[in-house]
Amino acid sequence: MPARISRPALRRGGAFAERAEVTRAAIGIGVYAAVFGVVFGAVAQAAGLGLLQAVALSAVMFTGASQFALVGILAAAGSPIAALAAALLLGVRNAFYGVPVSGIVRPRGLGRLLTAYLVIDETTAMAVAQADRATARYAFWITGGCLCGMWNLGTVAGALIGSSIDTAALGLDAAAPAIFLALLWPQLSRQRGVAVALGAVAVTLALVTVTPAGVPIIAAAGVAVAAGLWPGRAADSGGGP
Amino acid sequence: MSTWATVIVASLGCYGLKLIGVSLPESLLGHPRVQRVASLLPVAMLSALITTDLGAAGHRYSLDWHTLAGVAVGALALWRRRSLLVVFLLAIATTALLRQVA
Repeated sequence: MPARISRPALRRGGAFAERAEVTRAAIGIGVYAAVFGVVFGAVAQAAGLGLLQAVALSAVMFTGASQFALVGILAAAGSPIAALAAALLLGVRNAFYGVPVSGIVRPRGLGRLLTAYLVIDETTAMAVAQADRATARYAFWITGGCLCGMWNLGTVAGALIGSSIDTAALGLDAAAPAIFLALLWPQLSRQRGVAVALGAVAVTLALVTVTPAGVPIIAAAGVAVAAGLWPGRAADSGGGP
Repeated sequence: MSTWATVIVASLGCYGLKLIGVSLPESLLGHPRVQRVASLLPVAMLSALITTDLGAAGHRYSLDWHTLAGVAVGALALWRRRSLLVVFLLAIATTALLRQVA
């Protein structure tokens, strides 16, 4: 899922102090999740996935960028391994979101399984933006509930109508790159962010004509690893989402 | 590997990554270099995905200027700090409109 609450919102800290405000924000996130869910369902359908496969991705994978990447690589006739690797590499960030989230929610027993399921860009951003832990917990659960419900409903609707609409005529082929760009935008301000982005573009363009589809995406991850391990000022440890 | 197998393995894998995050002690994932790599991974992957979406079709370079213009308008909206929904709607509407007229 794309991150609606970006870094400036994170820094505002206690701006959403009240539960009513948190609820309103969560409903807003739910509405846009429904819209993107419809787009995902339609794009998955156009890529040749069945209704159940699209729904399985939204219901189990439940992390938008990975879902769009997987479907996009399969649509480009890329190898399943490349599609799988891209989805997993994009999902790595959720593991790191788990650190602040488990500090806030402090799940126990089976609650850990449900908490993990809901850890994505938006729920993490909403939770860590709250001033106190009780509101943060509330924000995590209400955002997760709204988003999960609407994303899945949207996916079903999109997959159902997907076959009856002309995705090119509606400009839906611009949907995935536009969403990826919107997700990328706030992250370019990270230390080495712009350099990594340009390096990834260069690696991708160099490989795209000579490797199987999907491989350039995986190779681009190497740019991030190199830049992250490269010694330098430790001013920005990258911290959090 | 069938499409179903890809869908299931990738889905369970992505869930597993989330579960690792809420289960491992913070000291393991909190190392500065590990965090820096993790925070730069999406930057690289998203840049690569945008590049192939806009600049490639299969194994050759291919530029569809309708899509490119749509995403460029989306970038303009991002620069003007518009919400994600606005960015997205402008991008697909521009692409669709340009495709109608030219």
